[in-house]
Amino acid sequence: MLSTLANPARFMQLSAWLAPLFGVIAVVLFAIGLPWALIYSPADYQQGETVRIMYVHVPAAWWSLAIYGFMGVASFVGLVWRHALADIAARAAAPIGATFAGLCLITGSLWGAPTWGTWWEWDGRLTSMLVLFIIYLGYLALWSAIEDEERAARLAAILCLVGLINLPIVHFSVVWWSTLHQPASVFRPGGSAIDPAMLGPLFTMAFAYMALFATLLFANMRAAINRRRVEAARLRGMSAA
Amino acid sequence: MSPLAATFRRDFALMWGAGGGAMAPLGFFLGAATLVPLAMGPEHALLMAAGPPLVWVAAALAVLATLERLFQADLEDGSLDQLLLSPAPVEMIVLTKGAALWCAIGLPIALAGAPVAIALQAPLEFVPAIVLSLGLGMAGFIGAGLVGAAVTASVKRGGVLIALIVLPFFAPPIIFGSAVASGAGFGPAFLILTGCALAYAALGPIAAAAALRLQAE
Amino acid sequence: MGAGGPFQDKPGISVHDLAIARGGRVLFEALSFAVQSGGYAEIRGANGSGKTSLLRAIAGFLKPCAGQIGFDHLEEPATALHYLGHLNGLKHAASVQAHLRYWGGLLGGSHERDALAHVGLEGIADLPARALSQGQARRLALGRLLVAPRPIWLLDEPAAALDANGCGVLAELIAAHRANGGVVLAAVHEPLDAAPDHVVRLGA
Repeated sequence: MLSTLANPARFMQLSAWLAPLFGVIAVVLFAIGLPWALIYSPADYQQGETVRIMYVHVPAAWWSLAIYGFMGVASFVGLVWRHALADIAARAAAPIGATFAGLCLITGSLWGAPTWGTWWEWDGRLTSMLVLFIIYLGYLALWSAIEDEERAARLAAILCLVGLINLPIVHFSVVWWSTLHQPASVFRPGGSAIDPAMLGPLFTMAFAYMALFATLLFANMRAAINRRRVEAARLRGMSAA
Repeated sequence: MSPLAATFRRDFALMWGAGGGAMAPLGFFLGAATLVPLAMGPEHALLMAAGPPLVWVAAALAVLATLERLFQADLEDGSLDQLLLSPAPVEMIVLTKGAALWCAIGLPIALAGAPVAIALQAPLEFVPAIVLSLGLGMAGFIGAGLVGAAVTASVKRGGVLIALIVLPFFAPPIIFGSAVASGAGFGPAFLILTGCALAYAALGPIAAAAALRLQAE
Repeated sequence: MGAGGPFQDKPGISVHDLAIARGGRVLFEALSFAVQSGGYAEIRGANGSGKTSLLRAIAGFLKPCAGQIGFDHLEEPATALHYLGHLNGLKHAASVQAHLRYWGGLLGGSHERDALAHVGLEGIADLPARALSQGQARRLALGRLLVAPRPIWLLDEPAAALDANGCGVLAELIAAHRANGGVVLAAVHEPLDAAPDHVVRLGA
C-alpha cells in the first residue's frame, strides 16, 4: 500500500510543470491551427467553405477513438498490476474522450446539414461514433453508480476492455449496415484523395487536440489525486478521533 | 449431480418458476412488439416494408428486462460466495447460468418470434430464418447481458444502467438479425450473426466471471 | 456423526504477518496465528475490527495487502473450505430440500438426508425458504456444512438467530467436525459452546 502512495507523489511532481507546458503548447497550436484551417486553407472544389468543419471534426474523431484505446491500456494495467495511477488515468481520460466524441457528432451534423438537408443522417461513420459515445456514457455512468472507488475502478476496467474488443465488431457491423442502405457520405472532401494543402492545417489541429488532451488529462488526474488525499486524511482524522 | 448440472437445474427452476414459466418475458415481448404498429400505424404496405426487423427490438428489450436480478440477487443473499467455492470454474458456472436463461426465456421468445413476425407482416417463407436467427441472437444478447449484469450487480435498481452498458453490444446482432428478418434468409448475414452470437456467448462468461470475483471482495 | 470420513490428511491453516485494508483504511496488520487439524480458533473483536474481512481473506474472496495465508496438506484450498457468512445464501422460492440438493451438487457431496436430520429440519423439507424463521434459515445454512465434506470451516457469527436448541446443534456439529480432524475458525461476539485452542483478538 505504501508503494501505491509513493508513485502518485512522483506523478504530482512531474505533472506540476508538465501540465502547464502542454497547456501552453495547446494554446500555441490552436492559435496557429484554427486560423490556418478556418481562414487560410483552400476551400474544397466540391463542398466549398463548409469543408472547413473537417478540421474540427476529423481530429475530434481520431482522438475520441485514440483516447478510448488509452483508457483500454490504462484499464489493463490497473487490472493486472492493481496500480492506482492507472485507474485514475482511465477515469480522467473518459470525459475528455466523451467530449471529443460529442464534438465529432455535433460538427458532423453541422457539416452534413448543407449537404443532406437534414440535421442528422445515419451515415456509417457517424453512427459508429454515436455508438462510441454511448460506450463512453456507459463507462462514466458505471463509475458514478458504484460507491467503492477501488471496486468501481476494477469493474469499469473490465467494461472498458470488453468495449474495446467489441468496438471493431460494432464498426464492421455498422459499415456493413450502411453500405446495405446506402446513404451518402460527406466525410471525404474532394472525393477519395485529400488535397495536400489540407494536410498541414489538419495535422496541426490534430496535434493541438493531443496537447489539449494531455493538459486536461493531467489536470483531471491531479484533481483526482488531491481528492483522494483529502478523503484519506479525513478518514484518518475520523478514526483517530 | 455435477456442479454445472446442479446450477442449471436450480437456475432454470428459479427463472421458470418466477412468474409462471416464461409468461412474463413472453408477455413483454408481445407487448413491445405491439408498440410497433401502434407507433407506425396499421397500414399494410408500411408494416410489410418495415415491420419484421422490429421483432428484434422487441426481443432485445425483453432480454434487458430480465438482466437486472441475474447476479444482484446472488450478491444480496450470499449465494455468490458459494459459486466461488465450487470445484467447477466460475466461467463455466456463469456460462451455465446463461444457458439456463436461454432455455427459460431465450428459446420461448425465439419460438414466439414466428407468430409475432407474421403479425408484423413478414412473409411466411422468411419465418424459419427469423426464428433460428432469433434463437442465435438471444444467445448473443444473453452473452453480452451477462457482462452488463455482472459489473452492475452491486448497483441498486441498475436496470437502466445495464441497458446503457449493454446497448453497444446489442447493435451487431440486431443489425445482422434484422437483415435476416428483411429477407436475407440463410445468407451471409445469418452466418455473421451466428459467429457474432457464438463469440458473445463464449467470451461474455469470461468477463462476467472476472467481474463477479471482484464483486465478492 | 459427521458428514464424511475423517480428514486424514491433517489439514491446517497458518496465517503469517497478515494485514488487510478496506476502503483505504487498514483494519489490522502483522496478524499471525495457526490452527492445526482438530483445532478451533475463535476470532473476537468489536464491530468493524475486520473479523469478516479476515474470514473472507482466508476463503480467498479478498486479497490481503500484506502477509501470507497458508494451508497445510491441501492442494486446492478453495474446494477444501466451507464459508458461512452473515447471509445464509437462500433463495425465497426454493425448498429446504432443493437447497441441500443444490449445495451438494455445487460443492461436491451427497449427504442431503443426513444433513437434514442433523440440523433438525426433516419435518419441513418441502417448505420454501421464505416460510422459514430466522433460526430455521440459519440451520439450513448450517446444513450446507454437512452436505459436502470439507475439512476447513470458516464461520462468521454462526450462532446468530439460533435459539438454545440451535446453539446446541451448532456445538455438536463443531465437536464432531473437530473429532474428524477438521479445522474450525469462527468469528463470534459471544463464546460458543466449544473450547477454542486459540483466541484471535482484532482491533485491540
